[in-house]
Amino acid sequence: MQTDSMYQEIILDHYRHPHHKGLREPYDAEVHHLNPTCGDEVTLRVALDGDTVRDVSYDGQGCSISQASASVMTDLVVGAPIETALERAEAFLSLMQSRGAGEPDEELLDDAVAFAGVSRYPARVKCALLGWMAWKDATAQAVAQRDSVTVATKESPS
Amino acid sequence: MTASPATVATAPADRRTASGLGPSPEVPPLDVARLRMDFPILSRRVHDDRALVYLDNAATSQKPTAVLEAMRDYYELHNAAAHRGVHVLAEEATDIYEGARDKVAAFLHAPDRREIVFTKNATESINLVAYALGNAGRLGPGDEILITQMEHHSNLVPWQLLSQRTGATLRWIPVTLAGRLQLDDLDALLTERTRIVAFVHQSNILGTVNPVDVIVRRAREVGALVLLDACQSVPHQPIDVQALDVDFLAFSGHKMCGPTGIGVLWGRYDLLAALPPFLSGGSMIAEVTMEVSTYADPPQRFEAGVPMIAEAAGLGAAVDYLTDIGMPAIAEHERQLTAYALRSLAAVDRLRIIGPATSDDRGGAISFVIDGIHPHDVGQLLDERGVAVRVGHHCVRPVCQLFGVPATTRASFYLYTTPGEIDALVEGVERAKRFFG
Repeated sequence: MQTDSMYQEIILDHYRHPHHKGLREPYDAEVHHLNPTCGDEVTLRVALDGDTVRDVSYDGQGCSISQASASVMTDLVVGAPIETALERAEAFLSLMQSRGAGEPDEELLDDAVAFAGVSRYPARVKCALLGWMAWKDATAQAVAQRDSVTVATKESPS
Repeated sequence: MTASPATVATAPADRRTASGLGPSPEVPPLDVARLRMDFPILSRRVHDDRALVYLDNAATSQKPTAVLEAMRDYYELHNAAAHRGVHVLAEEATDIYEGARDKVAAFLHAPDRREIVFTKNATESINLVAYALGNAGRLGPGDEILITQMEHHSNLVPWQLLSQRTGATLRWIPVTLAGRLQLDDLDALLTERTRIVAFVHQSNILGTVNPVDVIVRRAREVGALVLLDACQSVPHQPIDVQALDVDFLAFSGHKMCGPTGIGVLWGRYDLLAALPPFLSGGSMIAEVTMEVSTYADPPQRFEAGVPMIAEAAGLGAAVDYLTDIGMPAIAEHERQLTAYALRSLAAVDRLRIIGPATSDDRGGAISFVIDGIHPHDVGQLLDERGVAVRVGHHCVRPVCQLFGVPATTRASFYLYTTPGEIDALVEGVERAKRFFG
């Protein structure tokens, strides 16, 4: 059956038992992203520790692909240096844009390679990217906030 | 009189009786097996050589050969810019375009062919009225625009924008959890302050057919204009604009066997004649100087630029096709299918129908959710079986919010839908439930 290529067992496992789910304190930035064509949505928080992603917590509703992808994403970015996490986000994005022709780097993407089949279904690619895009946005905001605070502190006369 | 084989072939006899499928005393049943042959796409095989089960007709309908041929014939033999030039092709193109206007006018029982304005789609038709009313200065602070909570975004956002441009207040009639308009407070919502009430005839997400007469009666009492979004009704039931007694009526060609790229605005001639232009340019003018221009009479006033002639040819052919088959017979076929589908889906455990539970005042667009399975996943697994449905919020996000669901799965029928296809839908839903456990 063709759907097997999309609904890999790894994906269904993450969907049934999502990792890092639920919103946690403290956090540096929170974003709310939605997919306007289908109504899927996610609220996601990022906490940084220097140049490392200390925690990512999230809540939302969506299909198995969007929920499983968010779960896998947290495994790949929590505890990783921001730079490495961004590299993984880029690798996942290119995999999703490959229309089934991508050869995923398993070392970089780990469980996320299971989503290779999803890239053959253009309507579902946005589902798989929802959590990743929210994470990138929240991380960019957290970094910008941290940098502006650093700059402000440096420039502060006291 | 016997039911056509295609109408009954795949439904077990007991369910057929129970669901009321079979010949109706008033109108002859459709010969569905035969008319399906008019639609080449319906013989397509998809995925693992499965028959296509097309249940996404509320999004767009399929096209019969007659429509495709009319468009091809236009381009092969008559292509020219309508309303321009004196050569033979220009005359023929004009005749084709204006002939389509006559066909649509007759289809709607419009008293005057000049009341038919061709647009790009229903969305443009609604925007035309919203912008023209605003341009005419017909609304301002203290005035009200009334819509309903079940409007498609195309009959919601243009009114939000009009209210922002003019300072008029946007109000809406609420929807009950039974999927019906809450009309108890209609007199308080539709008042002397209301300039226009715009509402959907048949909901694309709930399937509800709204009581036009109740709203029109009140609108007449207070002198409000009435615009009816008829996208989901014109393709599926006989429509008489004079009997409906509304002021404007909007719909798209592609949901009624016609091509994309053409829609219709019907409006009372005196009202159209009193409105200023929306889009402007060639074709819509009377006299032009460098400083100022005067405008053509309706409908040309609202048809700037070279129009969509091939699409008009296609829409005209679609009107002929539907008229030949008979709108009462199509409506009856869909009523029986809807009753059968509601009954079949109601028997599915963990499935909840979003919208009226019976076929009374209800059309053949059925939204549902399955406990524990997201509509996207339902739609994906149905697609693997060749069953095409729509998943998402169907451009009616407020209704999804009201029912507390992010999205629904929607199956919608048309003249070529068979009970066997509804059985395939139910089997596909059961399989999705097994897959996700």
